Amino acid sequence: MAGSAHRAPLSDLQLRVRALESLLIEKGAVSPETLDAIIDHFENKVGPHIGARVVARAWTDPDFKARLLKDASSTMAELGYTGIEGSHMVVVENTDKVHNLVVCTLCSCYPWPVLGLPPNWYKSTPYRARAVRDPRGMLKEFGLELAEDIEVRVWDSNAEIRYLVLPGRPDGTEDMSEEELQEIVTRDSMVGTGLVSFQ
Amino acid sequence: MNGIHDIGGMDNIGPVNIEKGEPVFHEDWERKVYAMTLATMGAGIFVTDEVRYMTETIPPADYLTFSYYEKWLYSLEQLMLQKNIVTGEELESGKVTAPELTAGVEAATVERMQYGMNSRIPVFVDADIPPKFKVGDAIVARNINPLHHTRIPRYIRGRRGVVETHHGIFLLPDTNAHGGPDKPQHVYNVRFTARELWGDDAPGKDCVYIDLFDDYMDPAE
Repeated sequence: MAGSAHRAPLSDLQLRVRALESLLIEKGAVSPETLDAIIDHFENKVGPHIGARVVARAWTDPDFKARLLKDASSTMAELGYTGIEGSHMVVVENTDKVHNLVVCTLCSCYPWPVLGLPPNWYKSTPYRARAVRDPRGMLKEFGLELAEDIEVRVWDSNAEIRYLVLPGRPDGTEDMSEEELQEIVTRDSMVGTGLVSFQ
Repeated sequence: MNGIHDIGGMDNIGPVNIEKGEPVFHEDWERKVYAMTLATMGAGIFVTDEVRYMTETIPPADYLTFSYYEKWLYSLEQLMLQKNIVTGEELESGKVTAPELTAGVEAATVERMQYGMNSRIPVFVDADIPPKFKVGDAIVARNINPLHHTRIPRYIRGRRGVVETHHGIFLLPDTNAHGGPDKPQHVYNVRFTARELWGDDAPGKDCVYIDLFDDYMDPAE
């Protein structure tokens, strides 16, 4: 049957999806307009640019940063950055002494409203297996080598709380505006697999 | 369930493959699978914990070789069968032969989904239950091995940690994934040192923070 645990070539997958879609639409269980709206939201509306706004604001507004670290859910919701898979948020701050890394070892939980949908590597079994076991070794493959005296904190998002890393603000950005800062904040820096750099 | 999904800590699993400039979706069918899953969840046909559990039932060899959205498709098909939305025959043929199955189902509207995607919808539960633990408590993660869905991964079971923060009351996934009964419980963030988890070779300062329900912990002696 269609749902059997059999590895199907791509065309079979397309056929299965087409069959399921036409069934669910004809049966009134989903509406095509709703499917379009969901796809548009996650493909065009949310993404790391939202998280970058949060980070740039935190870098430039100490009061905002303090509230963000104390109650990320409310502070981001005030800006409209909330929704499914992001109603319970915690922001963890990187410092000279601490580096944070986010993973979901059991599936692929990720803060959708502020980062969009996760990239394949985040959802992959190697990332999920290794992030908790050997974060330093794995991060080297991302090009990030952490000094021994830095404490690595790995956040396994196994419940309904979602995590966002507040990366360190790089030197040389003192004169940059909030808008300019948004441009240099990367997705990886907010997951903890990268740092924000500025040349 | 001690399934392949509970993969935290596994060795020899290969490098992390990073795709430069990765698109949100690679194929059009992936968009559809993702959207159908959210839309049927939005219609109240199932909850997130049920999808997670269904994905965990994928046989290990398939779990490791299916693409990400292939897993989602498997879970969605199985849930639609389990919830009696479609029949196996319909999935095979793609033709509706049992229209009566969805008589009571109302598709999620665009407005409903927009609300869910843009509003703060706390999933914590308003219940008058005292917390079993407080910040600073030393705990031991329970060595439980249930056959059902659970969110306590194997790599922390039996290990000692310290409660760092208290998050509030949520529904225990262990019953929520299986149609209840609802078990509202306190959830805490708990810190485990890397050495407690992986032995003395682990870097001395490193640690893992994980969110645990009351049922996942005992006080440390």
